[in-house]
Amino acid sequence: MLPSRSPAVRVALSVAIATGLYGLSFGALSVAAGLDLLQTMALSLLLFSGGSQFAFVGVIAGGGSGISAMSAAALLGIRNGVYGMQINVLLRPARWRKLPAAHLTIDESVATATGQTDPDEQRRGFWAAGIGVFVLWNLFTLVGALAGNAMGDPARWGLDGAAVAAFLGLLWPRIRTREPAAIAVVCAAVTLVAVPLVPAGVPILIAAVVAAALGLAGLGPVTEGLEPDVEPYPTGPAGSPRGDA
Amino acid sequence: MSLWGWILLACAVSIATKFAGYLVPAKLLDNPRMLRVAGSLTIGLLAALTAVNTFASGQALVVDARVAALAAAAVALWLRAPFLVVVAVGALAAGLARLLGAA
Repeated sequence: MLPSRSPAVRVALSVAIATGLYGLSFGALSVAAGLDLLQTMALSLLLFSGGSQFAFVGVIAGGGSGISAMSAAALLGIRNGVYGMQINVLLRPARWRKLPAAHLTIDESVATATGQTDPDEQRRGFWAAGIGVFVLWNLFTLVGALAGNAMGDPARWGLDGAAVAAFLGLLWPRIRTREPAAIAVVCAAVTLVAVPLVPAGVPILIAAVVAAALGLAGLGPVTEGLEPDVEPYPTGPAGSPRGDA
Repeated sequence: MSLWGWILLACAVSIATKFAGYLVPAKLLDNPRMLRVAGSLTIGLLAALTAVNTFASGQALVVDARVAALAAAAVALWLRAPFLVVVAVGALAAGLARLLGAA
């Protein structure tokens, strides 16, 4: 079967282009935060999870410590572990494929795979989106970092405004109902109260504790927040392993 | 530890988290409480990062050009603009606000 005849691969390619392009903004924001080119590329190649990468450089840009940046990135990456469980059930990758599959387990590849019902299409969608996003995300991170280095003073170009917009853009698709919106408002408020009281970077970790407590108390929604931040298909995901695993 | 150290540790934790998902029994997916915590964490952290990047300047809270970026990004998202457009709109709004005299 030609790849172009596979609906999952077609979707994967469009997702890869859209997501890869916003690697531009990550690269530019990362060097604006003070990371050098190699450090920026290390995050895109090895950490490879958009939200966590934005979190890491966002904390550093705000004057936070390395440990706060690392912790925020790690906590935001927990959902990737949940995705990993879903993909393992869905695709049952051979043992030697588990490590590459794990590295490519991100919002986009999971959304593309779980949106298909045929197991072969699920597999093609996962790998095509994962590899496609990986290649383009790293390419555009490099371009963005080089452009960011050439731009000089980040504030003059409104790059601090770009960071604000990026985080709101990552949050937005996850707050479609009242409960996640309430969690977002509470955590934002707690963060702002904490800013003058504790060192930079720590308010975000305090918000994480509050968010986890809200989830433990059963206030969180079961799936909102864990929905991947892309919607490659016009309708909701079909054939998701959630609930029948 | 240097910034490089924290970067590499963050990368190692990310890879370990993803890989752990492939090793643990899928039964954990039946645990709604665990899914709730993971979902709430994602929302809470992104909300906190949005708030800090808009209003914090070190340990001080300030209202400056970044608020214009927040408002403009919200409008763009509400109009269903793609992510990259939202980011560009945010940068443009902050830049314009500064040009007009905002801090």
